[in-house]
Amino acid sequence: MNAVRLRGFGWRHAGRRRWAVRGVDLDVAAGERVLLLGPSGAGKSTLLAALAGLLPLDSGEREGTVEIDGRDPRTARERVGVVFQDPQSQLVMARCGDDVAFGLENRGVPAEAIWPRVDAALRRVGFPYHRDRPTAALSGGEQQRLALAGALALRPRLLLLDEPTANLDPAGAHLVRQAVADALDDDTTLILVEHRVADALPLVNRVVVLEPGGGIRVDGPPEAVFDRYGDALDADGVWVPGRSTPPRHAPSPAGEVLLTADRLGLPPRLAATDCAVRAGEALAVLGPNGAGKSTLALLLGGLLRPGTGRVCATPALAGPDARTPPHRWRAPALTRRIGSVFQDPEHQFVTGTVLDELALGPRRTGQPEPAVRATVDSLLGRLRLIDLAGANPYTLSGGEARRLSVATALATAPRLLVCDEPTFGQDRRTWRELVDLFADLRDDGHGVVTVTHDADFVSALADRTVTLARP
Amino acid sequence: MIGVEPVAAPDAPLARRNPVAKLAAALVFSFILVATLDPVAPAIALAIELALLPLFGVRYRVLARRALPLLAGGVGIVATLVLFAADRSGRVLLDVGPVLVTEGVLVTALGLVLRMFAVALPGVIVFATTDPTDLADALIQNAKAPARFAIGALAAFRLVPLLGQEWQTIALARRARGVDAGRNPVARLRLFGSTAFALLVGAIRRGTRLAVAMDARGFDAGTPRTVARRQHFGTADWLLLVGAAVLAGGALAVSIALGTFRPLLG
Repeated sequence: MNAVRLRGFGWRHAGRRRWAVRGVDLDVAAGERVLLLGPSGAGKSTLLAALAGLLPLDSGEREGTVEIDGRDPRTARERVGVVFQDPQSQLVMARCGDDVAFGLENRGVPAEAIWPRVDAALRRVGFPYHRDRPTAALSGGEQQRLALAGALALRPRLLLLDEPTANLDPAGAHLVRQAVADALDDDTTLILVEHRVADALPLVNRVVVLEPGGGIRVDGPPEAVFDRYGDALDADGVWVPGRSTPPRHAPSPAGEVLLTADRLGLPPRLAATDCAVRAGEALAVLGPNGAGKSTLALLLGGLLRPGTGRVCATPALAGPDARTPPHRWRAPALTRRIGSVFQDPEHQFVTGTVLDELALGPRRTGQPEPAVRATVDSLLGRLRLIDLAGANPYTLSGGEARRLSVATALATAPRLLVCDEPTFGQDRRTWRELVDLFADLRDDGHGVVTVTHDADFVSALADRTVTLARP
Repeated sequence: MIGVEPVAAPDAPLARRNPVAKLAAALVFSFILVATLDPVAPAIALAIELALLPLFGVRYRVLARRALPLLAGGVGIVATLVLFAADRSGRVLLDVGPVLVTEGVLVTALGLVLRMFAVALPGVIVFATTDPTDLADALIQNAKAPARFAIGALAAFRLVPLLGQEWQTIALARRARGVDAGRNPVARLRLFGSTAFALLVGAIRRGTRLAVAMDARGFDAGTPRTVARRQHFGTADWLLLVGAAVLAGGALAVSIALGTFRPLLG
């Protein structure tokens, strides 16, 4: 009997016109390792939720059948373990051991059997701490390994991983993948959703690509799939391994200095740092987690008051206001000169529609309405948001929300753009668009600062790098 | 921010007691004290509470820091009574324009402040000496609280510190968008409202994701739950409960014997 069997499966969330996923026929044998791919919005996460029995009947409409070991997933939950993307919202308890024990308690495992199984699960994922360690003291990568231990302790026959490394830095992501590879035994079935295909390939022996309109586009061993369909998948935004993007470095030497940081620091988050940001240059800020990269971005963006040292704008950036430091400027003055793009786009949304969101900045800086209209129209086109003009920003997909957050920063035409992890969790299509967009801005004489862990992004765009160390 | 995590030495004799026993003892103690309006009973109760503090493993300085919001409340009570008290009997101590401070006013204010401290401190002590996980475990095992409620509240409680960071990030993100309020109080209020709304949206999303993750691990699926951490409710816990009732009753008895007792009802 197959571990997973889907026949004509479809799901439409309540209140939506479009089917999230439809017409899927799929059989997965016990012990198979499947990488589930598809462009944003193809329904990968919905499919995983269905397999995990996490789609209550009253939350939408179902077509076809789903079976786990021949049973309805809702009654086969004890056979399935799931690890989600966000570490913060899947840990339940305050101490690591208690968190792994949580699932065992729920399943009614006898008390005396719980702790040996907790310790065994923590060992399987290579967890480096005692079980009394507070979960809040863990890094993102450690939290994800703990979540994996929590799933494995239940001895699932089917393990579902929904982009478990998308929110992690490269070192943390590597450790999580290592833990998955080490922890799986031969009869555990794995279904993994992951954008970064090259990283996921060592874990899988089969690739299934969902077609956004419904059904499955390709299914087979990884080499065969990428040999035959590599180009088409690449065009759809899948990270096909072995493809590189032609780099876009500055065609001419960097221009005038826009902003200088002089012994700039904010203890204990950021140690004193010197750097200069120039027009016509893409500067990448690198360094491990905890080195203060995001803090530096906030300081350069004029959003935090420096703890030590200072940030100086040059007259080229700020005209007569160059005498006062950016963190003392009024918000409209700031947003005309320095645009900041935050790691989580949703933090920046203020209004109820994409259109108003783009118009907000120009209106706040006192532009006349025809100019506002022209700016909004041009950005909607440039960042492929025209069809979404009336949508609520909170309902956008990850890629759309990212494009909108960059577009809002550009709407006031700042000379300097500061971005925190702009490529996090993006599919390849959005990624390439961001590279081109930033490169175009830079070539037009803007300064672009990006805080990033993304080595591909650095080699495609950056003209210069600054590497921070932990304070 | 009000601290919520325990700060006590965990092996102090009374801190080690069952969380439900501590909570019940605090409730009994406070409840008995509420019965009187006089200043004597709360003063005695307060003395008892402070004397027992070392047995809970809490240092006085730590308690003072925890009770800081109470202190602000006390100042508020005194200020309110000085300005608005109806009973201005007794010797006049200070007379400046509308402010007339008499002995009667001060005695009433003192009584109220003492009462507030005596009633609130047991609760402060319980939370300063109790790990939230232990409290949830004990509520489920010893007080038969539904796990759905106790564990759900515990999981939500873990997300609270994140809200503070989130608030700061959203506020900075708004400034980056060109939205600030300057000195205009109406604009400030609106900005506060819109930041709070964004925070709420984020909190609901995170809460929903957490609930799904808990579901995925079989929470509240109808299977009888077992417990990994056993909470014991023994003789010492009963003694704590009885002791709290006896001590509070004693404070009331002294107040009645001295003739200062003023019942809340009647």
